[in-house]
Amino acid sequence: MATVSVCQYHRGGFSFENCKRNALLEADINKLGFSSPAARKTGTTICGVVYKDGVVLGADTRATEGMVVADKNCSKIHYISPNVYCCGAGTAADTEMTTQIISSNLELHSLSTGRLPRVATANRMLKQMLFRYQGYIGAALVLGGVDSTGPQLYSIYPHGSTDKLPYVTMGSGSLAAMAVFEDRYRPNMEEEEAKRLVRDAIAAGIFNDLGSGSNIDLCVITKGKVDYLRPHDVANKKGVREDKINGRPETGNYRYKHGTTGVLTKAVTPLNLEVVEESVQTMDTS
Amino acid sequence: MFLKYCLKDSVPVTGLCPQAGSYGVQDSLRRGFSSVKNELLPSHPLELSEKNFQLNQDKMNFNTLRNIQGLHAPLKLQMEYRAARQIQRLPFLPSSNLALDTLRGSDDSIGFEDILNDPVQSEMMGDPHIMTEYKLGVL
Repeated sequence: MATVSVCQYHRGGFSFENCKRNALLEADINKLGFSSPAARKTGTTICGVVYKDGVVLGADTRATEGMVVADKNCSKIHYISPNVYCCGAGTAADTEMTTQIISSNLELHSLSTGRLPRVATANRMLKQMLFRYQGYIGAALVLGGVDSTGPQLYSIYPHGSTDKLPYVTMGSGSLAAMAVFEDRYRPNMEEEEAKRLVRDAIAAGIFNDLGSGSNIDLCVITKGKVDYLRPHDVANKKGVREDKINGRPETGNYRYKHGTTGVLTKAVTPLNLEVVEESVQTMDTS
Repeated sequence: MFLKYCLKDSVPVTGLCPQAGSYGVQDSLRRGFSSVKNELLPSHPLELSEKNFQLNQDKMNFNTLRNIQGLHAPLKLQMEYRAARQIQRLPFLPSSNLALDTLRGSDDSIGFEDILNDPVQSEMMGDPHIMTEYKLGVL
């Protein structure tokens, strides 16, 4: 009805029109015994550590959709600004869109100030946005970077609380990774030692948590340089199929090699046939 | 429970009801049929707070400004807001609100309201005749 839209100013942003309908559908589906499709999550292990010259961020690469692996090699370390990167756990779409929005905002902000953006600015923007949506945006983030005040690492929870710490882990594999950190972390490590520590923490998450798996990605951020190592380590190699060893895929090949069965005797009888008549009949291909 | 939230200055719960017309009762002609069940409670806990978010932010900022700089500061700013809000195109066309955005400082920030449900790309448009008549008060 055209008259319906006379007085409503159409605002952008989230629209809650379908919430009641969705709730009704959910109830009906549950009564029938089915379940509604699950959002793709990154049940994950992400972690970060501050070392002598900067920050090392690490993440696994598995994205799950319920009990199925949706993406075997997804990228969980998102770009925020040239000196700030962010790992995201939780609902994949939420972390993706949130980090992209904050990255755009930070770029506009740094163009306006004329300076390299600070990690604390990104942290503040993220926590204000996540608190505004009261945890309905399921994004748990590990934010790390190096700016004029030095290397910094923040962990941001979906409801909007943040912590500034020297080492953080998030995601379903966070306990496994934190165990490794608590054992081997010490302040002011060297770069190689920090990379090994993060790699081992993510590996602990991959091997002990079902929601994490596949490869280990690392991102080493120092003043003026970023090393995005993807993949840094392929922890879970897929096995090689028997019939592909020769290089050619031979699916369903049941041929046995010569000599599989021992030969006892061999007798050859030639069959002499005479060609009597030869005629060619063309196919009717019209 | 979301209905109990109470900031003294924020827009009250009845702001949820879109059906009230110029006499304060259900305006079936212009807004269609309504049902009490649909209007009593918001369909999502965030619906109310999102609807009033900009208003609440403005109120909070003006209060802070008033406490820091005195009454004149929010007064002058609100006058400018009111002037900028009047710069619109015809009632049924979407306007860019550039002056208002610049005043608010939202011209150098991107949020969900710019990406999702952009009014410029809305598939529905109000009927031009009826909207201009409504704007002029002739309807």
